[in-house]
Amino acid sequence: MKENEKTFEEAISELEEVVKKLENGDLPLDESIELFQKGLELSRCCSKKLDEVEKKISRLIESEDGDIIETAFDPAGAAED
Amino acid sequence: MGGKAKGEFMQYVLTVSQINKYLKELISKDLVLSNLWVKGEISNYKVHYSGHIYFTIKDEGGILRCVMFKSHASGLRFVPENGTKVTIKGYVSVFERDGQYQLYVEEMQPEGVGGLHLAFEQLKRKLKEEGLFDREHKKKIPFLPRSIGVVTSPTGAVIRDIIHVTGRRFGKIGIKVFAVAVQGEQAPLQIARAIQKLNEANCVDVIIVARGGGSLEELWAFNEEVVARSIYESRIPVISAVGHETDFTIADFVADVRAPTPSAAAELAVPDKAALVSRISDLHTRLRNSVMKNLDLKREKYRQLADSTVFKQPYNRLYQERMRVDVFSKYLFKEIRIKHERSGSRLSFLAGKLNALSPLAILSRGYSVAREKEKGSLVKSIRAVKPGDILEITVQDGRIDCLVQQTGEREFNEGE
Repeated sequence: MKENEKTFEEAISELEEVVKKLENGDLPLDESIELFQKGLELSRCCSKKLDEVEKKISRLIESEDGDIIETAFDPAGAAED
Repeated sequence: MGGKAKGEFMQYVLTVSQINKYLKELISKDLVLSNLWVKGEISNYKVHYSGHIYFTIKDEGGILRCVMFKSHASGLRFVPENGTKVTIKGYVSVFERDGQYQLYVEEMQPEGVGGLHLAFEQLKRKLKEEGLFDREHKKKIPFLPRSIGVVTSPTGAVIRDIIHVTGRRFGKIGIKVFAVAVQGEQAPLQIARAIQKLNEANCVDVIIVARGGGSLEELWAFNEEVVARSIYESRIPVISAVGHETDFTIADFVADVRAPTPSAAAELAVPDKAALVSRISDLHTRLRNSVMKNLDLKREKYRQLADSTVFKQPYNRLYQERMRVDVFSKYLFKEIRIKHERSGSRLSFLAGKLNALSPLAILSRGYSVAREKEKGSLVKSIRAVKPGDILEITVQDGRIDCLVQQTGEREFNEGE
């Protein structure tokens, strides 16, 4: 889907533009319905992007061959100083 | 000369090399000379193309030749110049080829507390001239990163603060902690390598390079060139957060954004989710409302049009026009009649006039008209007829045919 390739910032500022256009202009019906659909898609896309971020906190270690190994990171462990 | 005598004498004669070697060995056994700190002022400073550095240090009383091999020179945190007062760690030994003793320099620092500051200023100037701090090179911090890389110590307040702040702003968000030493000899290379590795793996959208507060020496790793260059070369935007708000490191100048503290770095890296959610829902509401409003407007417009008299009484206009036609035709007929009447009266007037002039009217008064019967010509003279001709006399009410008997000249009486 095209909307999904956008970054969150692009999507939300585009949504803002769509809303402004709808609020200001006495647009032809077809066009306003089309914009409305686009706006819905953008708003859905924004919400989705917010949920799409990774949630895991991990620790990266470089192995002997230079590869990165991802291990669990316990934030509570960071408190033990 | 006897061989024997010569041999006995010769056992005390040493070669140059032997002397130099002997001296070198002697000096190397000296506990003071083999590990010492010397201070003095640099002069005759030369960098050989091999990377080794040759100079002398002096004080009021004398000079001492010094050499610093490339392996050690590359660790210099400042650029030595003639006149710089330095403290040197090293050992004294003999350069056998030249028969010279000299100081082999292992470490060199500018003298006094200003040493690190000098190194800092020198590196800062150098990197600035190279363009590492240029604004054009600064990358934009992504608005919403999918995941954040943190290059810092895995223990301590810094990572805890970062996790805490990101959690408060966004709830759960991916953090990849690349654990490094943040002070000490290993620190600069580890930090640089971590940044490089994160770029290779390309697994985060922004990198925070952070360390808590400390002395200038403790923060020093972030003033190292290797760290500065790794930040500069990073394709992923880098936020630096080293020490307290008042501490500035070279890393801060090269970073895309400098945060005053690790917590501030976390705030820069992660947006406030609640604010975003309410912004989206606000936009969503406005989107719906504006479309509804637009539809209402359209509906209202339609209603107005449908209610207009054109649709309600479509023949109205027609009737109006017809009435107009009627009115006009009435006028038209009236006008015509008037004109007609006027013309009629003029006709009878003219006809009357004409009547008065008609010869018939004269006949009614008793006159008559004579015509030659055959020719039809008016008889106006006695010479026009002769006896025997037949004349046709027209009178008021008909004709009389007459036979001419005779003609005679006029004999009118004056008084008649």
